[in-house]
Formats: sequence, structure tokens, C-alpha cells
Amino acid sequence: MSVKSIRIGNGAGFWGDNLDAPRQLASHGKLDYLTLEYLAELTLSILAYQRSKNPESGYVTDLVKVVKDITPQLTGDAPLKLVTNGGGMNPVGCAKAVSQVLVDSGLPHVRVAAVAGDDLLPRLEELLNAGEVFAHFDNGQPLGQLHERIVSANAYLGAEGIVDALAENAQIVLTGRITVAALVVGPAVHEFGWSWDDWSRLGAATIAGHLIECGAQVTGGMYSDWNPSIDLGTIGYPVANLREDGTSVISKPSGTGGEVSIGTVSEQLIYEIGDPEKYFTPDVVADFSNVHLTQLADEEVLVEGGTGTEAPPTLKVSMAYYDGFTTSGSIVVAGPQANEKAHAAAEAIRVRMKTAGYELEHFEYECLGTGDTLPGMDLWHQSSQEIVLRIAARDHRREAIDRLTRELTPLVTSGPPGITGYTESRARSRPVIAYWPTTIPRDMVKTSAEVRAAQEWLV
Amino acid sequence: MSSSIRLGEIAHARSGDKGGHANVGVIAYNQSGYEYLRSVVTEQVIGEFFAGLQPSRVERFELPGIHALNFLLHNALQGGASLSLRTDTQGKILGLAVLEMTIPRPENLEPMQKES
Repeated sequence: MSVKSIRIGNGAGFWGDNLDAPRQLASHGKLDYLTLEYLAELTLSILAYQRSKNPESGYVTDLVKVVKDITPQLTGDAPLKLVTNGGGMNPVGCAKAVSQVLVDSGLPHVRVAAVAGDDLLPRLEELLNAGEVFAHFDNGQPLGQLHERIVSANAYLGAEGIVDALAENAQIVLTGRITVAALVVGPAVHEFGWSWDDWSRLGAATIAGHLIECGAQVTGGMYSDWNPSIDLGTIGYPVANLREDGTSVISKPSGTGGEVSIGTVSEQLIYEIGDPEKYFTPDVVADFSNVHLTQLADEEVLVEGGTGTEAPPTLKVSMAYYDGFTTSGSIVVAGPQANEKAHAAAEAIRVRMKTAGYELEHFEYECLGTGDTLPGMDLWHQSSQEIVLRIAARDHRREAIDRLTRELTPLVTSGPPGITGYTESRARSRPVIAYWPTTIPRDMVKTSAEVRAAQEWLV
Repeated sequence: MSSSIRLGEIAHARSGDKGGHANVGVIAYNQSGYEYLRSVVTEQVIGEFFAGLQPSRVERFELPGIHALNFLLHNALQGGASLSLRTDTQGKILGLAVLEMTIPRPENLEPMQKES
């Protein structure tokens, strides 16, 4: 008797990832589920800003193209299902846009779900009045007056909304902020019927989700054992074949480039984790510490030993607030004594800013090409005859940052010799969006899933 | 024969950010290399190597099943991706940097190296 398993492929590790990856996986991955992860910390606050300008926007617009690309796989005997957090700040708006594509493609009956509950911004006053202080996760400070500057405030939801949507026969599930592993845990709970206190298997599925959530970082991208024979041009995106017992096999579509090996999978396992015994999600505290890997075949790695413990009583909340302005920009300094000249140019900027009346709160420069990407470390230090001088600053005064954006170009005629490369783009001022990580008791957050056929979303 | 080696002779690595903290994972190629790493690559050694980043604290965790140590460098990223003025806002290159660290040459180096 064969073990029941589902094949889940992840075709995006962030908004801006390779646009062709979802189609590659849908066409060649033999998938049951396609997942797409779009919401880095900053992404959601950008979407919140967009929605504040236009209430119809605020979702990941790439999804319109992606859904159009995968329409051939959405029909047939075993149609593909898509689960993504690309709903961003507006899952309902996203559902309408995606539904328009489906109707236009002759698929009006495909059922689309919008999962809600993560957006706390409309409830912020109410929650503060009810006594929530939203203490900072690291230093315990209460949110206090800062709440007036909040751009976005989202709880990390678990897999529950996805499972509810799939139970109502949704074929496309669009969420906002969610723990990324839920994109895998949700389908697993739906397909295997795991109970919500099956900590061991929920933990194991969370680990499978973690392994594929950054796309090609598990299939040979970013691999520190890189060598030129690894074909990155046609790199395959990852597939997790998740089994009912929680173990999984990581692979990629055959014929694609990259590499799936114990080396690549172990690097992704350890990526951006803290205590491996305590990887917190809303569904489970996953335990990575005893995971072990076996190369089953070429480009297939078995993942075993993942487990977990009881889910935490609180949910993580990520708030973003405006905190001044920032800019960065660069010019090229070439020729003899490039190091000294780059430093002289940067110091000239500092003096000119001071003359203009601005001592910047934070101003830094790097001489790229001399080892400065490792600040304060001598490891890669060398002199160079070709340096990118990069300046960056942060200040609460918009006018100070605006002024700094004008200071690179004059160096062409008023700086040391050898300055070039200034035509690519001028530095721009942009707002700093800072983070306030905090928590909320889970019973204060209600997840819901609205499921309709595509044609009904357009009524 | 040199009395020291590059860490990269017996391990590979990956790094990234956890808010304002950096994570640096160091993965030995095999069990013997892992045991040696555990004995020489301590929190203190990593803290000194990355002193230029001014971490407030270094924590070490073990993942024996994949022969790996995970280091969390607290507050090493200038406040994290949204505030940092650095090029490497998220600590992406720290994994490659740590592989250049010199460590004492183990008595039995060959079995710790990658099978070619």
C-alpha cells in the first residue's frame, strides 16, 4: 500500500521573484498545489500605502499574470490548486482581479477564496481602548503615542483560514499576512485530516514549508558550495512531496537547472532561524533540531526527524510606522589612489551638508570594491583602482535628505579626478518604514474565509 | 604544514536576518567535522570574528542531524533591513565571510573535508 502524499511546489519566495517560475512548476512539477510567497516585512507596508491611495489596490498585481499563465492547469481531472499570501492588504480586491482573469479565460466556475482577519489597523483604537498595549517584542516598551503613525498592523495568521477555504472547495486561496509555512501546512491538514494538536506532524509540515518558502534558495541558489557547473540560468523551483506521516521529499522539475542535494537543503533548513527547537508559528512550535537528510536519488532529498510542540497562546503582530526619511546613491571613483579619493569625496559631501545647515542624524559611506560590505571587518580589505562610492543617510528631516540627494552629482566637476558613473540615476528620498514587532492573544483575532465562484466575485 | 585552516575547508554556510539580528549557520560536511566544529567554533570565537558588526550577544544552537551550528548575532544589523544604511542590510554575506575564518588545523583533517 502506498503512503498518501501531496506534491506542493513554491514558485515565488518574495514579490519580485522570477515571473516564469510559477508556470514552470505548474507545467512541469506534477503538482497538487502551487504556493506563492510574496510578503516580506516591507512588502505589506508598501501595499498598505497603495491601498490608502486607492481602495481597489493593495494586493500583489503579479498574480493577475500568474493566474493567466496557469489557466491550462486549472482544469481537467486533477486540477491544480493555488494557495498564496498575495492578497496582501486586500484579499477581496485580489479575488475580484483574479476572478476577472478566470472569467475571461472561460473558467467562471473556479472557486476563489479570500482569507481575512489579519488586518488589525481598522481595529487598532478599539484594541488599545480594550487595554492591549502591544508591547515591543524585544524591549517590552508599550506602543504608546506611536500608534498615530502606524501604516499597517497585521497579525500572522495560521493555516486555519486556508483549511476552511479548501473545505469549501476553493481552488485558489488568497490570504494576507500569514505564517508562510501555512501555505504548506494548510493543504496538508486539509488533505490528510490531521488534528490541530498533532504537534509532531504539524511541526514536520512546517519544516517542509520552511524549506521551499524561499523558492530557488533550496535548489542551488545562494549555495555557498557554488561552482560554475551548476546551471543557474534554467534553475528549477522547489517541490515538496509531503507524506501523510509528515516526512517529505524535496525535488525540482526534471530537466531544470540548479541542484537539490543534502548541501543545498541543509543550507535552507538553517536559513533565518534562531533556536532550532523553537520555531514559532501560530499552528505549532516546530522543532528543527533533529532533522536529518538523505539523498534518495539525483535531485531528491528525504527530510525526516522534524517535529513540534504546542502552539503558542499569542500571535505575532507586525506593525509598520513612518520614521523619517532615507536615501542612498552611488558614483564610481576610478584610477590611482581611488581609495583616498573616494574618502575625500565622501568627506566633501559631509562638509557641504554642514555648510548647508544639515548635520545628518545618520550618514555612512562605503567604498565598494575595497571590502566595505563587511563593515568594521578587515577580512576582504584591499586597495582598488575602481571603487563604487555609496553614500546612505537617514534623518527625520525630509529637507535634509532631499538636500543630500543633490550632493553626489556636483562631485563630477568639484571632486577629485576619476569620478564617473553618475548618469544611471539620481538618489531619491523615500520614507523610512520602521517595524514594531509585538503580539496579541490568539482569541482576539478571528480568521474567516469567503469562498465564491469566480463569476460570483464579479457581481 | 600550516597550523591553521580556513573554516571553509570543512564546512559550508548560509546567513540571513531575524529582524535586527543576524543568523549565521555553519554546516560541517560530516560527523567528524561537526564534532571538531563544536569544540572550536564557540560563541566567543564567532563574537570576536564579527566584532566589527558590534553584536550585543552571540548565541549558539546545535542541529546535529545536519551537522550544523546556528549562531544568532544579536543586534548586528544596525536595526534591521528597514533602518540599516549598509549595502548588506540583511546579513546575506556573513555566511561567506565566516568560511574565511581561520581555525586550528585538526590532527585528522582529511576525513572532515568534502568528498570529491
